[in-house]
Amino acid sequence: MGTTFQTGPAPHFRKPVSVRTIMLDVLIALTPAVIVGIFQFGFSALLLCVIGVLGAELFEFFVMRVLRKKKEFVPDGSAAVTGLLLALNVSSALPWYLLLIGIVVAIGIGKHVFGGLGANPFNPALVGRAFLIISFPVQMTTWIQAGAWKAESLVSAATPLGILKENGFEQASSGFSNLQLFLGNSGGCIGEVSAIALLIGFAYLVVRKRANPVTPIAYIGTAMILSTIFFLVNPEQFGSPLFHLLSGGLLLGALFMATDMVTSPATIKGAMLFGVGCGAITMLIRFAGGTPEGVMFSILIMNAFKPLIDRISHPKPFGLQKKEAK
Amino acid sequence: MAYLSFPGGIHPPEMKMLSESMPLETLPLPDTVSLFAAQNMGKPPSWTVQPGDTVKTGQPIATASGFVSVPLHAPVTGTVLPFSKAFHPVLQKSVEVCQIQREGEDDWQLMAPFPDWQNAPQPELVQRVLDAGIVGLGGATFPSHVKYSGLDKQPVDTVILNGAECEPYLTIDDQTMQKKAQSVVRGLAILMKITGASRGIIGVEANKLPAVEALRREATTGITVQILKTKYPQGGEKQLIYALTSRKVPAGGLPLHIGVVVHNVGTAVAIDEAVTQGKPLVERGVTVSGECVTKPKNLWVRIGTPVQQLLDYCGGFSEPPYKLLMGGPMMGIALKDATAPVMKGTSGILAVPKRGYEDEGESPCINCGACIHGCSLRLEPNALVKLVKARKYDQAVERGLLYCCECGTCTFVCPSRIEHVKHFKLGKKVYNALKGGK
Repeated sequence: MGTTFQTGPAPHFRKPVSVRTIMLDVLIALTPAVIVGIFQFGFSALLLCVIGVLGAELFEFFVMRVLRKKKEFVPDGSAAVTGLLLALNVSSALPWYLLLIGIVVAIGIGKHVFGGLGANPFNPALVGRAFLIISFPVQMTTWIQAGAWKAESLVSAATPLGILKENGFEQASSGFSNLQLFLGNSGGCIGEVSAIALLIGFAYLVVRKRANPVTPIAYIGTAMILSTIFFLVNPEQFGSPLFHLLSGGLLLGALFMATDMVTSPATIKGAMLFGVGCGAITMLIRFAGGTPEGVMFSILIMNAFKPLIDRISHPKPFGLQKKEAK
Repeated sequence: MAYLSFPGGIHPPEMKMLSESMPLETLPLPDTVSLFAAQNMGKPPSWTVQPGDTVKTGQPIATASGFVSVPLHAPVTGTVLPFSKAFHPVLQKSVEVCQIQREGEDDWQLMAPFPDWQNAPQPELVQRVLDAGIVGLGGATFPSHVKYSGLDKQPVDTVILNGAECEPYLTIDDQTMQKKAQSVVRGLAILMKITGASRGIIGVEANKLPAVEALRREATTGITVQILKTKYPQGGEKQLIYALTSRKVPAGGLPLHIGVVVHNVGTAVAIDEAVTQGKPLVERGVTVSGECVTKPKNLWVRIGTPVQQLLDYCGGFSEPPYKLLMGGPMMGIALKDATAPVMKGTSGILAVPKRGYEDEGESPCINCGACIHGCSLRLEPNALVKLVKARKYDQAVERGLLYCCECGTCTFVCPSRIEHVKHFKLGKKVYNALKGGK
């Protein structure tokens, strides 16, 4: 007797999952997209991804330890996810120092101004990207032809959605077959070009139970229904549903950006509403907006609606009678 | 095969293999026992013995004071020592304790048995449950007789015995069902007689099929044994009732309101022994387990036995434990030392290592939703924690704070290591104090 033991409140048993393991899994899930990106866009893509991950982690470390004076802060990997997502959301032609500026905005203004991890209303990577696309529109929309780096002549090229907007569906679909789009053989952001790589990564997250597929299903489903309707009205102007699914940032956004836990609703009902909203706004911008792509702003807009969606999607407590419910 | 269950819930490591094959053993009689008057949330009974009195095993030493209160009986034959104070692990404060020095073997003082209980008057059976000092042995230690107090207003058609034993590590209900199947089933039959229920269901998780077999061999008219999916918290009262009957206990209501009474299988054994043998509640089953125990066992022990004696009987610690738990790892209490006695609600003594139990401190909620999807009562634990932390108790209660059964699912799954249950207990306490003050 006399030995004493650790005390503390129940439950004592803990599942071996931490924020760090979740973030690590997201990084692993993004790896296929990174690999395809490097394969298509070469060394500059690799450089941007590395700068994204390291730059974001270093800057967050600086913010936490120096500016916010959290002496016990240990990196949890959430900044690396933000940094990598931002890198995957830019053209490989973007100068690396502009990416760094984007990271400073993403981590600084997108995240820590609001209180850091868990407190930011908007997806930090998209805040950084929105800043870049408004501040440096030319550099952000200079696209490189996939695979061109192997010939050592960087051919700039329009994205499939850009061609659709400018020249119509006939030219866009003749330039890129659906298989090409599926595999990632088109111009665009580093991480968005390959549908298959993104799907493989997301499947990993679902298997590991790190992501709920409700938001992506609602998002993509809504986008597909809307694009089918518009396609039937005017195929030449609006393009086919499959073309919309496989080109641009729809999959990257739906699978990895709209599912950001902090900035999207956690309940099933909330996730569904969120996904439907994202899908509708994305297609609205693609069809009627001034830019070819609408994924980024649709998610940022729906981020702003998250508190409202939360309010109307509370689950009903077990055994609560309808008339009692408030 | 799809077993009966409820929505939500979690699958923590079962850890039952440590002790599930260990047959029930009777622990040698302790030299001294320590008994707290306070056993549950009700009023503690008042002592009827003086220091220096000699008592027989089974003799009442404290009498019920108030409705939600049961008497206490001497677990050994011996002499009452002077009253002193000791730390009560459940109440988390120092309270009066009665110690009895054992002298020799048992000299039983039993009550008159009801050999013909089928034809005994119902009030006498209820009185017997009270006189035998029987409380819920699953851990809550709620006086059993109180559960039959509303029968005149609300008829009961179903008695459920809880053999889910969903807490990891614990195997004592499993062993009890296997080794005392006849007593479990007879206890259920007595409960059906007391409540007037026509249907008796024993719910057992699918990881205890030998227990299911044993019970089915003994099952009598009106009694069925149902297999439940192995999932935590399958043994929660509301979750269990829903799985077995598809009835939902109203939020803030009792099982009685939907015509159901639930007892633990251990309680059924105690009720059977009280009625058919006249034996008061002086002993119970305890699982001694955990990675740090040399030889995990299932023991039948006298109430009041020091925890240290159970550990010694199991070969002590194989390595120094990080925590010593009374009860299961999800809802049990962390003991600060091994001097505490076994109480009526003690279902297990677990010595566990740091791995899986380390307190890492809270980090910010990342809204991952694991707590929401896990919550079997469809609450939003993350939102409730934020409301309690912001001291918005009224809003938290509006969102269901008081319905929380404190099963710990949300805290188990939380990647940010947020102590939901701690905040909820505090929030309920403060809310009730504020309401009481108004």
